Amino acid sequence: MYRYDEFDATIVQERVQQFRGQVARRVAGELTEDQFRPLRLKNGLYLQLHAYMLRIAVPYGLLSSKQMRKLAYIARRYDRGFGHFTTRQNIQFNWPQLPDVPDILQHLADVEMHAIQTSGNCIRNVTSDQFAGVAADEIEDPRIWAEIVRQWSTFHPEFSYLPRKFKIAVTGAPDDRAAIRVHDIGIRIVKNEAGEVGFEVWVGGGLGRTPIVGVVCRKFLPKEHLLSYLEAILRVYNLLGRRDNIYKARIKILVQATGGDKFAAMVEEEWEKIKNGPLHLPQAEVERIHRYFAPPAYETLPDMDPAFETAKLENPEFARWARTNLVKHKVRGYAIVNVSLKPDGGAPGDASADQMDLLADLADEFSLNEVRVTHHQNIVFPNVRKRDVYALWQRLRPAKLATSNLGFISDIIACPGLDYCNLANARSIPVAQRLSRHFSDPRKLDDIGELRLNISGCINACGHHHVGHIGILGVDKQGQEFYQVTVGGSSKDDASLGKIVGAAFSEDDIVPAIDTIINIYLANRAGKGERFLDYVRRVGVDPFKEALYGPATARRPAAE
Amino acid sequence: MATAPQMVTANRLSDGAVVYYTEAKGWSENFVDGAVWPDKDSADGALVASEDAVKARLVVGPYLFDVALTEAGPKPIGARERIRADHKPTFEPDQGSWTGPIAD
Repeated sequence: MYRYDEFDATIVQERVQQFRGQVARRVAGELTEDQFRPLRLKNGLYLQLHAYMLRIAVPYGLLSSKQMRKLAYIARRYDRGFGHFTTRQNIQFNWPQLPDVPDILQHLADVEMHAIQTSGNCIRNVTSDQFAGVAADEIEDPRIWAEIVRQWSTFHPEFSYLPRKFKIAVTGAPDDRAAIRVHDIGIRIVKNEAGEVGFEVWVGGGLGRTPIVGVVCRKFLPKEHLLSYLEAILRVYNLLGRRDNIYKARIKILVQATGGDKFAAMVEEEWEKIKNGPLHLPQAEVERIHRYFAPPAYETLPDMDPAFETAKLENPEFARWARTNLVKHKVRGYAIVNVSLKPDGGAPGDASADQMDLLADLADEFSLNEVRVTHHQNIVFPNVRKRDVYALWQRLRPAKLATSNLGFISDIIACPGLDYCNLANARSIPVAQRLSRHFSDPRKLDDIGELRLNISGCINACGHHHVGHIGILGVDKQGQEFYQVTVGGSSKDDASLGKIVGAAFSEDDIVPAIDTIINIYLANRAGKGERFLDYVRRVGVDPFKEALYGPATARRPAAE
Repeated sequence: MATAPQMVTANRLSDGAVVYYTEAKGWSENFVDGAVWPDKDSADGALVASEDAVKARLVVGPYLFDVALTEAGPKPIGARERIRADHKPTFEPDQGSWTGPIAD
């Protein structure tokens, strides 16, 4: 488990006291809003549409049951009884009051949590594979490296005022569940031809206004050089990244403007100077961090559990959930259990305080005190004995936490949108709710198969719409909400950006438009084995265009 | 250039709540209490005056926005200001809730 050391404890406590003083000075009029704003943002506090919003870091998605219980307490005591799990494995509270925020941060510090690196032009909270350390397909556990990156990046003095925010993701499995190709830096644990384990380093990916799939900066990086190499990338970016134009300030723009090969050469040149310096990772230190993540005391169990198999035979609803929401664990007799936060008609990623308390209790009872947050805005119990899965499901069900839709069209990623966000142009959550109700029939979901639908309420793309198999982008047209649709995006190893199908749809027309897209796919796919994404890659956008807007010859040119 | 009628809005410093500048040079959470100016030129003075509340640490970031004058009174133009005027998200709560009380 992620563990504070004495440095973390000290800096987090100091930060709480600093912010308490800053809030007091703001309320007393000693700081103007212009002076206070960067200070509150460094503590994850935004001013949104209706209220303040506090974004809390969940380092690479790991939460203990104690921490989850504390989040439930904060939701109940200081907010309106719920929280919102985000697309960067964090949690946001939507209604805190300014004078309460130092107390909230103190409560968080008491359970080794904080809101550092959740805002501002710094290296943000590192993200990772939600199945890290338990996935059957993993080469090595990425949490060790995510933790090393966290320790290096927190309050890094050289990189506290970067040209723009900077996001790093780490994955340890060939199946990329951390979307590394659309991060500023993506780190993939790989084996080279000699069988040595190291990193493939991607750079310059990102979504937002200018979506770009990153490029490989180094095919194989020996482990001991991870931090010096990251430092070299950040140093090149910090020196050459544009500070004159916020829309061109991300590293992806620099990499594109420089050229991937030239950028990599500049990184290599910088790296040569520092690779054997203080950032060279001593093996003993890596092993120390490794011990933080020592596997729990797993029982020796048969892989097949008779009670689990019988429950599936006797209860089709459970069987379906087990089929869609369980993932193979690396230890025999255990399962990784995904808890969908996308019930029919629900707000994606929202969990009530009662649900958080229940998740904490169930983690204690069934999952060795641990839960994970996914960038798909769901929750994971990483260590559940197969023989306990049925009992766990029975406890999840009455709390609306047993929706069996993982990876289906109703497992929607959605940003808070114009219902909460100051930057948004259109609402995301009501569209997600209507779509999840429209596609709630399990038989329909099974028929459609794997399909990622992502919604963003503005071009900043917090809802990752560019990499949804179907993406929906909210746009503003003279004060009215419209929705532009893309198809063919992916955030996985085959990362791609969706292509726009045509002119945007009104709020009333967006659900029928998605329905039309699905019907075109179902009617024309080359059998059930051809996933939606495969179909789009085979046929392109034209069949969808024709169905949505009429034949090309009859189509009026439309503003896209 | 003629513009739509204008109102002044801001967020309250203490809790971020949406507030509207009133004819009495005060602030109200109720949209209907907000003063309306016929156009941007006439509203600019109010916007400048509203800065007093910024200095007094009552509000943050006042700005003008367009309204339409209807028989039922002024209405905000545009989705953003309509949602702000309601002080809550537009969707019905489900597993999360924005309707619960904040504890004392």
